[in-house]
Amino acid sequence: MKSPKLIDNTKAFEAALLAPISVGGRYTLRLFVTGTTPRSLRAIQNLHALCEANLPGQYDLEVIDIYQHPEQAMPEQIVVTPTLVKEFPLPLRRIIGDLSDTERVLTGLGIPRRHLARARNA
Amino acid sequence: MRSTKTKPVSGKADHGNLPKCLTGIHGLDEITLGGLPRGRPTLVCGGAGCGKTLLGIEFLVRGATLFGEPGVCVSFEETAEELTSNVESLGFNLTTLVRQKKLAIDHVQVERNLIEETGDYDLEALFVRIGHAVDAIGAKRVLLDSVEALFAGLEDESVLRSELRRLFRWLKDRNLTTIVTGERGQGTLTRHGLEEYISDCVILLDHQVTETILTRRLRVVKYRGSTHGMNEYPFLIESDGISVLPVTSMALKYKSSNERVSTGVPALDEMFGGKGYFRGNSILVSGTSGTGKTSLTTHFVDAACGRGEKCVFFSFEEPADQIIRNMRSIGINLQRWVDKGLLHFHSVRPTTYGLEMHLVKIHKVIQEFGPSLVVVDPVTGLLHAGTAYETRSILLRMIDFLKERQITAILTTLTSGTAMQEQTEVEISSLVDAWLLLRDIESGGERNRGIYILKARGVAHSNQIREFLLTSHGVELREVYLGEAGMLTGSARVTQEAKDESAALIGRQEIERKQLLLQRKRRALDAQIAALQLDLETEVQESEQLIAQEKLKVKKWEQDRGVMVTSRYGNSGMRTENGRPAAAAGKGK
Repeated sequence: MKSPKLIDNTKAFEAALLAPISVGGRYTLRLFVTGTTPRSLRAIQNLHALCEANLPGQYDLEVIDIYQHPEQAMPEQIVVTPTLVKEFPLPLRRIIGDLSDTERVLTGLGIPRRHLARARNA
Repeated sequence: MRSTKTKPVSGKADHGNLPKCLTGIHGLDEITLGGLPRGRPTLVCGGAGCGKTLLGIEFLVRGATLFGEPGVCVSFEETAEELTSNVESLGFNLTTLVRQKKLAIDHVQVERNLIEETGDYDLEALFVRIGHAVDAIGAKRVLLDSVEALFAGLEDESVLRSELRRLFRWLKDRNLTTIVTGERGQGTLTRHGLEEYISDCVILLDHQVTETILTRRLRVVKYRGSTHGMNEYPFLIESDGISVLPVTSMALKYKSSNERVSTGVPALDEMFGGKGYFRGNSILVSGTSGTGKTSLTTHFVDAACGRGEKCVFFSFEEPADQIIRNMRSIGINLQRWVDKGLLHFHSVRPTTYGLEMHLVKIHKVIQEFGPSLVVVDPVTGLLHAGTAYETRSILLRMIDFLKERQITAILTTLTSGTAMQEQTEVEISSLVDAWLLLRDIESGGERNRGIYILKARGVAHSNQIREFLLTSHGVELREVYLGEAGMLTGSARVTQEAKDESAALIGRQEIERKQLLLQRKRRALDAQIAALQLDLETEVQESEQLIAQEKLKVKKWEQDRGVMVTSRYGNSGMRTENGRPAAAAGKGK
């Protein structure tokens, strides 16, 4: 039933999935928090651990305290805190919460499972 | 434009100590007796398209423009551009207000498909955003429109609920007068039960379609710590914003003129204590059809235009041309006033649009034309555009509006034959200052018109029914005949009057005859008196003669005695002393 063409397509798709990392594209992440509340700190710790584990050396992270920079909340459409904004690669995604649900954070960041598995094995 | 609306002076005026914040929305401040609770959130809820956002925006705009209170609009649904263009048609220029730092618009976008929830969170960022916007312009007012969008964007409802509770608390702590809008839910005021959190003041907006005509309504469901109007009040979205129609009359603070103005019918002026009506009065002319209501009102118009005053004629039954033509038949030329720009006709079918629009149009025309007299012919026509209750409230509003400006209002109402004559269908009799009742009087195979003044506040008016004639030179009033046969009008009156006239003639002749008789008698008596007087005089003369003779007799006798004495004593000295020497000498001879 499988046509050769379809298999090719699947391969191309998988290649595309891995592309950002394989070509060395960096993740641009911004984490918006409000002060040094336990929740803020938890989010920062969670994000650090997660990025180090999954995107070592492949991300730029900026942590913004909107208590100090309230003017940034509006243009970035921040409503809840903590909010992690994945600005690059597109599409833009907002991940809210203290980032304790690693699986969902990774889904939100668009880091594919296969890649995850490979990264872990490596 | 906005000047038409009453602006209460103080925002703190209220019963009790609850500070209030004037919304500047006409009518709402009256219903809430001074505005929304200051520094607290108010929930405005209602179905789709009932004007929640508009009410909120107007609250901010009025605050910024009328009361010097800048406002922040936190919109969860529409972008700043959308909002701006939406309210532009109402004359609100949000762009300018934003530039002047009187208004800030923050569009809060929460889209679930762009959001991944990964643990605990709070709405602190929203607080920061609102706080930032508030601080930037020193806002006193906030609109959250509609905060329920958060429920669609965020999964964890329990977090959201506690956060919203905290948000309202926070707004209160910052002393921000806030309007929170919420979509109406099934069986609840809002879909997500916001009323649980906002209990200070809840306003419900609604719209109802009755017989294809839409009426918007507003009700203050709850107002903690304050009395408020309890009813459902119809409201309009006019070209300059929301306008709630309080059913009870508003401030009742307008000034009253002492100037008396002629009605244009001298005999009617006479009935109004000889001087006509007060300027700025509302005069109701009621009657069954064909009693001459329109004809009578055109006299008022003619007289006013003749004084150089402007008039507006709202006609719900006839087009302008037809009225002008018809009135020519009773010798009133309205065309010349139209040509001079003193008279403006506004003819429209009552069913053309809803009551709200009618009122809006009436307001507009009056504002543009600036008349001193307004005719609404007939107000009952408006009944076709809404229910009696709504019509009444609209009329009330209109009368207030006219009184505020000291514009005389002539309202005609058509009473149906079966209805009580002294009751108007729209029950506005208590609102008007003077009431002329036209009625037909059927007798002797004729139908004649009668007019009387049912009431005229502050005027010593006639209590009599006059016969009302439409002649080729206008309306004329005649005294009706009141006699044994009852009230007579028309030819019966004329006949009776002729009869009376002849009876009176006979009476007059009789009197003349009697007077003549009396005169004759007097003359005869006068003659008698003269004769008697003559008799008396004769008698007096005779008596006098007798007296004189007697006197002479006495003298004679005395003289004789003197002579005798002289002759007896020969005493001459005594004689001289007596002084009668001559007599004595005479006697001696």
